Amino acid sequence: MTRTTSVTFERHPSGYRHWKLTTDGDVAWLELDVDPDGGLVPGYELKLNSYDLGVDIELYDATQRLRFEHPEVRVVIVTSAKDNVFCAGANIRMLASSSHEWKVNFCKFTNETRNAMEDAAAHSGQVYVAAVNGTCAGGGYEIALACEKILLVDDNSSTVALPEVPLLGVLPGTGGLTRVVDKRGVRRDLADVFATRPDGVKGRTAVDWRLVDELVPRQGFREAVLARAKEFARTSERLDGEGVELKPLKHRYVDIARTATEATITVKGPEDDDGWLLDVTRELDDAILRLRTNEPELGTWVLRTEGDPAKVLDHERAVFDAKDCLSNEIVHYFKRTLKRLDVTSRSLIALVEPGSCYAGLLLELALAADRQYILDGPPIDDEDSEERAAITLSEANFGRFPMGNGLTRLESRFFGDPDHVTRLAEVRGKALSPAEVNELGLVTDAPDDLDWEDEIRIALEGRASLSPDALTGMEANHRFVGPETLESKIFGRLAAWQNWIFTRPNASGPEGALRRYGTGQKAVFDRKRV
Amino acid sequence: MPTKIDYDAKIPNNIDLSGDRRLQRALEGWQPKFLDWWGEMGPTLRTQGVYLRTAVSVGRDGWAHFDHVNVPDYRWGIFLAEPDPDRVIGFGEHKGEPAWQQVPGEYRADLQRLIVIQGDTEPASVEQQKLLGLTAPSLYDLRNLFQVNVEEGRHLWAMVYLLHAYFGREGRDEAEGLLLRNSGSPDAPRILGAFNEETADWLAFYMFTYFTDRDGKYQLGTLKESGFDPLSRTCEFMLKEEAHHMFVGTTGVDRVVTRSAELIREHDTFDIAGYGGIPLDVIQRYLNFHYTVSLDLFGGETSTNAANYYTAGLKGRWQEPRRKDDHKLTDAAGSLSRPKADGTWETEEHAAILLLNLDLREEYRADCQTGVNRWNKILDEAGVDFRFVLPHPGFNREVGINSGHHVTPDGTVVDERTWLAGKRKWLPTPEDLTFVRSLMHPVYERGKIASWVAPPRQGINGKPFDYEYVYLS
Repeated sequence: MTRTTSVTFERHPSGYRHWKLTTDGDVAWLELDVDPDGGLVPGYELKLNSYDLGVDIELYDATQRLRFEHPEVRVVIVTSAKDNVFCAGANIRMLASSSHEWKVNFCKFTNETRNAMEDAAAHSGQVYVAAVNGTCAGGGYEIALACEKILLVDDNSSTVALPEVPLLGVLPGTGGLTRVVDKRGVRRDLADVFATRPDGVKGRTAVDWRLVDELVPRQGFREAVLARAKEFARTSERLDGEGVELKPLKHRYVDIARTATEATITVKGPEDDDGWLLDVTRELDDAILRLRTNEPELGTWVLRTEGDPAKVLDHERAVFDAKDCLSNEIVHYFKRTLKRLDVTSRSLIALVEPGSCYAGLLLELALAADRQYILDGPPIDDEDSEERAAITLSEANFGRFPMGNGLTRLESRFFGDPDHVTRLAEVRGKALSPAEVNELGLVTDAPDDLDWEDEIRIALEGRASLSPDALTGMEANHRFVGPETLESKIFGRLAAWQNWIFTRPNASGPEGALRRYGTGQKAVFDRKRV
Repeated sequence: MPTKIDYDAKIPNNIDLSGDRRLQRALEGWQPKFLDWWGEMGPTLRTQGVYLRTAVSVGRDGWAHFDHVNVPDYRWGIFLAEPDPDRVIGFGEHKGEPAWQQVPGEYRADLQRLIVIQGDTEPASVEQQKLLGLTAPSLYDLRNLFQVNVEEGRHLWAMVYLLHAYFGREGRDEAEGLLLRNSGSPDAPRILGAFNEETADWLAFYMFTYFTDRDGKYQLGTLKESGFDPLSRTCEFMLKEEAHHMFVGTTGVDRVVTRSAELIREHDTFDIAGYGGIPLDVIQRYLNFHYTVSLDLFGGETSTNAANYYTAGLKGRWQEPRRKDDHKLTDAAGSLSRPKADGTWETEEHAAILLLNLDLREEYRADCQTGVNRWNKILDEAGVDFRFVLPHPGFNREVGINSGHHVTPDGTVVDERTWLAGKRKWLPTPEDLTFVRSLMHPVYERGKIASWVAPPRQGINGKPFDYEYVYLS
C-alpha cells in the first residue's frame, strides 16, 4: 500500500465521517456509523461498520472531547447507528493490504484508545456502556470489552465473537484475549472455546460465560439502554467543574526537527499562560502520533526541553491543587501521553542542557527515555555563561503519573532498590546539579562541554546502526520491569505475539489466512509449532 | 442400504430414529415446543380435516400418501433421500474425497450457520401465511395453503433433525431458537428480511410461492451438492416437496391471469376492478415486488462467505455435476454490472468464486422468466394485448451492489426524484393492496370459487375441483 499524504490526528465532531456524538444531560451517545467509502487509504471498503485507523482517530477525538468538553457527562453509551450490526471489527482488507509497521501501529493506537476509555471510567467517573445492537465481532467486541458494561440485544441472533484465530490466523490484538480473562473473568477453558469459534456466542450463554453483562429486548432497546445508563450515572464519581473546548492546535510548545535517522522533539515550558499544560500535552500527544504513524524510519527520538523550571513547578502546583474536573482531566491526559511515549517503539534519548526545564512533570519525559545525558558545563554556544543544566524532582515524580505496569518511572528505574526512591523523595524541590543527578543515578552520563557533542553524536550514530527489531524488543523489555497489569500484558505479551504472528507466513504469507481472507481460498498453514 | 420407514413411530422417519435413543429423546423434547409454536403461529382457521399429502417414503414411486388429516395431527417426519455409499464431494478443495457422514470439526460453525439460516425461513412462511385461510378463494386453494404450510413445517423438522443429530447441545439451542424468532416480530425477527414481510392476500401468496419459495428451491439445490452427506440427502428430499409449492405459485398466478383475461374480453376493458377481477397492471406490480424482494435473498453479488463455503465443499452451485469446469474455480473469472452515479452501467471483472451468489441468482432469474412467458402465453391465447415483464435485477434492491441506487424496471439508473415519481407505477400502492384485499372474501362452498381467480384445470390426486378438500365443520 502506498500513502501519498501523511496522517493527521486532529478531528472535530462537526467533521466526523464515521461517528455521531450527541450528549443529553449526563448521558452521551457515541454511535458508530461507518461510511464504507471513507477509508483513510484507498483500496478497501469499510463494510459492516468495520474500522480502520481513520475511524479510530475519530473515536479517540470523541473520548478526549467527552472528558474535557463535557464535565456533565457521566455515562457514554457506545452503540451502532446501523441495523443488525454493532461493529465487524478492524477491516480485514485494510489489514491484509497494510505493511507490517502500519498494522502494528494501528493495533497500538486502537489499544491506547480502548485503554483511554477505561481510564475515563477509572479516574474521571465517566463510565462507558456498550449497547450491542447487532452482530459484534473481533475489534467490535474489543470496543465493547473496553466498556465497563456490555448490554447485548436479545433477539436470538445477535452474537459477540472473537473470530481472529479461526478466520484470520491472527489474534484479537486490541486487548481482546486479555480482557476476556483478566477483566471480565471469563473462565480460561470457555475463553478458549469462545476465541476459536468463528460464529461467536449469543444471548443467555454470553451472559453465563460473562462475555456480556445483560440482555436487553430488541423492542425499546434504546430506551432500556438509556434507563440503565441513567442508573449507572447516579453512582458515578465525576468531579464538578467547567469544561474547556479543545480548539485547533497552535503548535506553540512542541517543535519537531528531523535528520535522516532521528527526530528531535523540543518541549517548551510555560510563560504566564494558564492553559500551558493542556496545550503542551495535546501538542506532544499529536507529535508522538504523527511521528509514529508517518515516519517509521526515524528510529531515534531525542527529547529536549526549554524553559524556566520554576514556572513548570508553579504551573504543576496550580493544577494539582485545583481538584476540579478540568485539572483532573489534564493530569490524567498527561499521564496517558507519557504512557504513549512508554510504549512507543523508538529509541528515546533525553538531553538535559542549560536552559532546559526538566522539573517535576516534565522530568517524567526524561525518565520515560531509554537514556538521559546531562551537560556538565556551560551552554555549548556560550562558554562564558554561568547557566548550568539542572533537574528538579517534585510530587509529580512520586505517584501522579504511573506507568502501565502500575509503578512510577522512578520505581521502575530503581526496581529492586525502593530505599533509593525514598531517599530521592527527600530532595524534592531542589535544583540538582549535573554532578548530583549523576550521583543519584538520574542520568546515564554527564559529559562536560568538551566531550558533549562527540558523546551525543556517537551515542546517536551507534543507535542508528543497530537492528531496529532488536532495539524494539530490548527497549520494551527494559522499560517495563516488575509486575504485570492488564495494560502491560496488552502492550507486552499480546502485542509481541501479534507482531510475530503478523510477520509469519501462516498469517501474512501469500497463502496465509490474512491474505486469503475474502478470496474464497483457504489458508495453507505451516503445521510446525515453534 | 434400504431405509425403512418407521411410520408407526411418534415421529415418522427413515433414519432409524428408534435405534438412536439420544436423538429420539432430543427430538421428542422439541416436538411439543414445535406443536405449541404451530398452535400459536400456525394457520388461524380451524378445520376438521384437510386432504393432505404426507411423505411416507423416499422412493421414486409412491412416496406420498393422500388422505384427510386434522392439521395439528399431521405426521411431521424426517426423511432423507436414499444414501449413495460411493458418493464423493463434487467441488472445492475436497473434491473427489468421500462425502462426510459427520460434521468436519473445521467447518462446524459454518455448517451450523447455513442450516440455521435455511431452517429459519421454513417456519417464517407459515407465520407469514397465518391469516390466509380466513379468505381462501376455494376449498381447493385452502387445501393447497395447508399443504404448503405443513410441508414448510416438515422442512423445519428436516433442519431441526440435522441440528439435533450433528451439532450437540448448541444445535439443540439453535433448534429452539428457530421457534423463538417470529416473522415480523419487533423483538426477535426472522434472520432474512423477505421473511419478515407480510403476505396479506392470496395474490401475494401465489407470488410468494412462485418467487420466494423458488429462491428456496435454488438454495436447497446448492445445499444438495454439499459434501456433508446428511445435509445433501435432506435437501434432496425437500426439493421433491418444494416442487409442489412452485406448482401452487405457478398455477395460482396462471389462474388469476386467466380470470383477468376472461373479464377483459367479456367487458372489453382493462379496467376490470369493478367486475371483481385484478387488473393486469396490479399483477405486474405484485410481480415486481415479490421478485425483487426474493432477489435480495441471494445476498450480495460478490460474497466471500459463499466463496468460502464453496472452497470448503459446504455449498455448491446449482446443478454442480453438470457444470463443465474444474469445480474449484481457483483461476476462473466472471463479470458483474455495477450501476454508476452518472446513470450508466460498468462491467467489473471478479474472480468467479466470489460471484457464486450472482451465478445462482442468474439461474433463478432464467427460471422466473419461464413463468412470465407462461402467463404471457395465456394473455396471447386470450387475445389480450398486454405482456408481463420481469424487472431488471437492479430494480428495488436492498441488498448487494444495487442497493442505494435507483434503478427502474427497465434498468435505467435514475435520480431519487425520478424514482419516487415512478414508484407508484412500478410497485404495489396502498390503494392496490386495499383493492386486492377487498376482493378477499372466503369461498368455502364445494365447487365454488371467488370472482378474481379461475378454477384449476385439475384437482389434486385425480380428485375433481368440487371435491370436499377441506372439512370445515
